[in-house]
Amino acid sequence: MSTATVLREKQADAAYAPDATDRRLIVATQEGLPRVSRPYHAIAEKLGISADEVIARLQRMLNGGMIRRIGAVPNHYTLGYQANGMSVWDVPEERVRELGPRIGELDFVSHCYHRPRHLPDWPYNLFAMVHGRDRAEVETKMALIAELLGEADHGHTVLYSTRILKKTGLRLA
Amino acid sequence: MDATDRHIINNLQGDFPLCERPYAEAAARLGLTEDELIQRVEAMLENRTLTRFGPMYHAERLGGALTLAAMKIPAQDFERVAQIINDFPEVAHNYARENAFNMWFVLATETPARIGEVIGEIEKTTGYPVYNMPKLEEFFVGLRFEA
Repeated sequence: MSTATVLREKQADAAYAPDATDRRLIVATQEGLPRVSRPYHAIAEKLGISADEVIARLQRMLNGGMIRRIGAVPNHYTLGYQANGMSVWDVPEERVRELGPRIGELDFVSHCYHRPRHLPDWPYNLFAMVHGRDRAEVETKMALIAELLGEADHGHTVLYSTRILKKTGLRLA
Repeated sequence: MDATDRHIINNLQGDFPLCERPYAEAAARLGLTEDELIQRVEAMLENRTLTRFGPMYHAERLGGALTLAAMKIPAQDFERVAQIINDFPEVAHNYARENAFNMWFVLATETPARIGEVIGEIEKTTGYPVYNMPKLEEFFVGLRFEA
């Protein structure tokens, strides 16, 4: 990514800096919304602001991308997706931007990122999280990615998680 | 999980309404009653079919920073290092993985500068190098799980 792109992104992010009330709203909702008929009213009462303001602030954060989405966050283990492979690929740096979005479009990939290599220990620069019901399913999906990458695949592997050591998610104090 | 729970999971991973009675509105779209939707969401949270129900915040857009970091830890030292890492409040997730790089964690900090500080503290306390792998570009992030 060019320095100019990085700077532009940082400037855009800075424009969306949440104020003190937004922060209180984030803290009040990061664990989830109340399961009551008027959840935004319940939050509003807790924060001492109006429900209209809660809704307007959430809408603003949603529009600005500070909230990715609002809804159900399924537990993929409980849904039967027991094999979760972090697939990592060594692709030519100049082709990452072309290939990354194509891998991200695959319906079994939940996250796809360009990350730095650490040579010589870590040659991989494209990461795609692949979910399957078992490892065979993940391997099949890996083969589909390899096929899509073709000669741009200079090496790959998949790292299966064996244990969750910690999982808390975003926490603002 | 029955067909109605599947229907909710497959159709309510986003777009929960911002209005006075959002469960009623979402329920109408799903062909359910407000009470039924609330009860089913509550039950799925209780039995861990859902990990959460609400807004998914984007840390970087909130002015914070995120990074993925990896370490190569000898088996006999794995638990000690895991404990040290997990004790940092900035560590949001930590996974053991099958690879020479066997510990992978996500740091979520309120300021970008704090990422480097935490990495430095982890290296100093554990005695092992941390391989920082921040995202350079994001091509896709989304949940498309079908129940």
